Amino acid sequence: MLKEEDKIFKNLYGKEDWGLKGAYKRGIWSNTNAILARGNDYIIEEIKKSELRGRGGAGFPTGLKWSFMPKNSGKPHYLVVNADESEPGTCKDREILRNDPHLLLEGCLVSGFAMHAHNCYIYIRGEYYNEALNLQKAIDEAYEAKLLGKDACGSGWDFNIYLHRGAGAYICGEETALLESLEGKKGQPRLKPPFPAESGLYGFPTTVNNVESIAVAPTILRKGAKWFANLGNPKNTGTKIFSISGHVNNPCNVEEEMGIPLKELIETHAGGVIGGWDNLLAIIPGGASVPLIPKSICDTVKMDFDNLLKVQSGLGTAAVIVMNKSTDIIESITRLSNFYKHESCGQCTPCREGTGWMYRIMKKMIDGSVQLEDIDKLDDVTRQIEGHTICALGDAAAWPIQGLIRHFKPEIERRIAEFNKKKEVA
Amino acid sequence: MPFITIDNQEIEFEDGMTVMQACELAGVEIPRFCYHDRLSIAGNCRMCLVEMDKSPKPIASCAMPATEGMKIKTNTDSIKRARKGIMEFLLINHPLDCPICDQGGECDLQDQALHYGLDRSRYEENKRAVKNKYMGPLVGTIMTRCIHCTRCVRFSTEIAGVDDLGLLGRGENAEITTYLEKAIESELSGNVIDLCPVGALTNKPYAFKARPWELNKTESVDIFDAMGSSIRIDTLGKKTLRVLPRLNEEINEEWISDKSRFAIDGLSKERIDIPYIKRNGKLISTEWDEVLNRITQEISKHGKENTLALSGKFTDIETLFATKYFVQSLGSNFFDCRYDNAQFIENQRSSYLFNSSIQEIDNAEVILLVGTNPRWEASVLNARIRKSYINNDCKIGLIGKKIDLTYEYSHLSDNIEHLNDLLNDRSPFSELLKNSKKSLMIIGNSAINFRDGKEVLNVCSEIAKKYNISTNNFNGFNVLQQDISKAGAIDIGFYNNDFAQNFDQKIKDHISKFNPVVFLLSCDEINHSILEGAFIVYLGHHGDVLAQLANVVLPTPAYTEKSSTYVNMEGRVLQTTRCYHPLGESKEEWKIFRSLSNNFSQKLRFNNLSELRNEISNLFPVFKEINNLPSSSKLDFGSATKIENRVLEYNIKNFYMTDVISRASITMANCSREILNKVA
Repeated sequence: MLKEEDKIFKNLYGKEDWGLKGAYKRGIWSNTNAILARGNDYIIEEIKKSELRGRGGAGFPTGLKWSFMPKNSGKPHYLVVNADESEPGTCKDREILRNDPHLLLEGCLVSGFAMHAHNCYIYIRGEYYNEALNLQKAIDEAYEAKLLGKDACGSGWDFNIYLHRGAGAYICGEETALLESLEGKKGQPRLKPPFPAESGLYGFPTTVNNVESIAVAPTILRKGAKWFANLGNPKNTGTKIFSISGHVNNPCNVEEEMGIPLKELIETHAGGVIGGWDNLLAIIPGGASVPLIPKSICDTVKMDFDNLLKVQSGLGTAAVIVMNKSTDIIESITRLSNFYKHESCGQCTPCREGTGWMYRIMKKMIDGSVQLEDIDKLDDVTRQIEGHTICALGDAAAWPIQGLIRHFKPEIERRIAEFNKKKEVA
Repeated sequence: MPFITIDNQEIEFEDGMTVMQACELAGVEIPRFCYHDRLSIAGNCRMCLVEMDKSPKPIASCAMPATEGMKIKTNTDSIKRARKGIMEFLLINHPLDCPICDQGGECDLQDQALHYGLDRSRYEENKRAVKNKYMGPLVGTIMTRCIHCTRCVRFSTEIAGVDDLGLLGRGENAEITTYLEKAIESELSGNVIDLCPVGALTNKPYAFKARPWELNKTESVDIFDAMGSSIRIDTLGKKTLRVLPRLNEEINEEWISDKSRFAIDGLSKERIDIPYIKRNGKLISTEWDEVLNRITQEISKHGKENTLALSGKFTDIETLFATKYFVQSLGSNFFDCRYDNAQFIENQRSSYLFNSSIQEIDNAEVILLVGTNPRWEASVLNARIRKSYINNDCKIGLIGKKIDLTYEYSHLSDNIEHLNDLLNDRSPFSELLKNSKKSLMIIGNSAINFRDGKEVLNVCSEIAKKYNISTNNFNGFNVLQQDISKAGAIDIGFYNNDFAQNFDQKIKDHISKFNPVVFLLSCDEINHSILEGAFIVYLGHHGDVLAQLANVVLPTPAYTEKSSTYVNMEGRVLQTTRCYHPLGESKEEWKIFRSLSNNFSQKLRFNNLSELRNEISNLFPVFKEINNLPSSSKLDFGSATKIENRVLEYNIKNFYMTDVISRASITMANCSREILNKVA
């Protein structure tokens, strides 16, 4: 279990003041100037050493991402914070935004400075209305205290933060679609290359980072990369906020060390599975986009990027969705399929056409009114989508179904047999 | 040059190429739907996926820049599977109504389904149905067939420069639409039909008329504006069913205007197919022998040395030549092509041509438009100016009334007087012109078809020299002609200096003095009142107003029915090809004059088309070379005279109705009603 002093998000539950005064009390904005004084290269190097991996789902090394920003481009650079948290099951950024907004703002300044950006946009999910209010208030406070704006924190670096509210499209959480949306266009992912670090917002070098990735940066720089790297497992370091929901006694957000066993995470923080661990059916360990894992894997798996990849799932956003044996597992995944069908932007063929097709087959599978060979067909369709789309939404739509077929094929077959039997009787 | 390996074959490619282009160099065909050479890259159909080393996922070859040492595989099992998969996705919601689809037989989806598709469907759900969208009188829609490649959206926003098309909705519900379901307000809208890889956007007037394999395809040249765009005319029997653009980088790239494409229904309406003679104020149909005899009598009666011939919009070189020599054989020198009071400097070819060539627009840094609305006078050329505006940030200035040209420009003045300011460095554009490495000046007919037209040309020439628009090796002084006939007519000297400057008055004087026989060579746009007192012989193919006024009407073939020579605005000699025999009893004009000359002392010397063409090129060597751009001549005239103060009015009032064919066309009438006058 993570020690209290190693926690980065000290006001995760909003028990203390989220404003500037409270932030000062928690050590945020304390001597930020000194961090900046160590220079851009030092910051990027330190983040690289900490082995921090992006908290938005893909787990790309954050320091490496920052280092892709050109050094002397002569163009304006942008930092864009992705606060469009819409992944089903995920609600970690929300707690940061409403309970510790200054942690994020300080992170913006530090990382923005590191990548030579004078301007930062925070693209916040439209539905996060109160969170946007808090964040805007925090930004105003920071400007007033001269922590942002001209000569931010007395560092000599001018830094502005603008808050932009989204309009509720899941796809706008994809980094390039987010940039399109920010530019006032329709939220559709761009083709890569060019990557945002080369040509991003308004065609200028841009880095898009998740809220949590940015928010942890100042603490890493204060406590040192070594401290952070010593937490968790190699390449999967540090602490992480887990959002535990579903059939647990005490659904919660909790900051824990990376690599904590899934069982321990649920038992210690979420009060265990409803009906006991043996009543567990399956868990989606990283938000709606990753394949589920059945109880047998849940017994032993450790919660980090590489360990979950080994069991053909993923850490994603670390949104742990727990399903006990009262769950209709097929219907649950069908619900996710419906979500992806609804949120597909319609730009590229496989996702536009495939998500609807998958959903319709899934819907019929709930009562088993399909043929046995349709299971293979469905699996085939998911593989025709996977890896063939412009952005990762296609993969995200395909994986939950692949997970279902991988682990619950007998259940699907049972329902088909049952349906056929009923038909015969009738 | 860098190397790339495609299917184990190492080839050289040019920097800046995409993987798809490199594959084409290697002779490997990559299937595609959304990719188009002239549009921005969308990469959304995913049909062009290929395998790249070091990439776990297949990549879209249309969007991936080729780099040194890249290893590409296009025919692995996983790529074949991927293409099959994409094809299946495209087809699941496609209605598969090929038997009733106009695109059938020339459909990208059909062709590629044959190569990459499955032979049966695995899709058991209901297909999506999409409501058809209204896009105006030209583009028909069956939106269920749409595969969302967005070529049409990209064409209209990027090339046509109108935001009328877009993709609304998300995911499965994404639909191409005109938003408020109004007509596309572009003169190039028909091109989206060619671009659409399926039968979603179709040619409305051509709907259900024919199958592509039944059509006779004739390569020809467009005559509706002076560009001489390359076209293909598709005919069935004696009916022109559709016109398509042909690729010609130097002139029209691969676009044509809506008038060129859709005015063809006018070819079968209001046609004159037999000769007529006016008796007691009524035109009575008659025989060729009779009319020719009557004309012969009338010519002798009215004094053959006063015979007058006037040419019109579509008059080809063969006609002009035969007429000129026929009239001269009568001892008359009265012939002219300036029904619109066109002005030029005699013996100065550069004073009436588009000297820089159309293609040079692509490289221009500054373009000065003087009294021209290129959007209506040469729509495809306007798209090229827009291309330059987008690609090289070309700066455009306009002297003339403010209009929507689809790109931003500086409006310098409504008044032609502004040319004086330019000459004296007082224009806001002077500085730009001075600093530009390549500038063009495009002078429209509206600026020079006036009694001081020559002065305008002279001043423009001075401006061109002053700002290095015209230098020793480049001539950016351009006149934008509106008629395909004009440059050729001037080239072969179809004008009489006595009629210069104030054409209408001078012709009127001539006619009222001699009451001569007047040959009107489909000269329909002339001011009718000046013809009073003449014996009018109308040669033409449409019963327009002038045919009603004529004393004799002779049927001649339309441009699809004869092989003719034209000179386009650049001075390029172009030839059209006959698609089918002339309608009814119509005869080519040169044949008419050849027969008429039998009745007079001096016979014309040619007996067939090739003899005629030989004679033309012997007398005018310009016509020896077909399709070639003439070497640009230096500006050899000009003097800084003062120009009168005059507000410029564009002379085309309705793009869709500029000539006899488009005036007879119902499609064009619909366009002017809906697009120009906004009557739904």
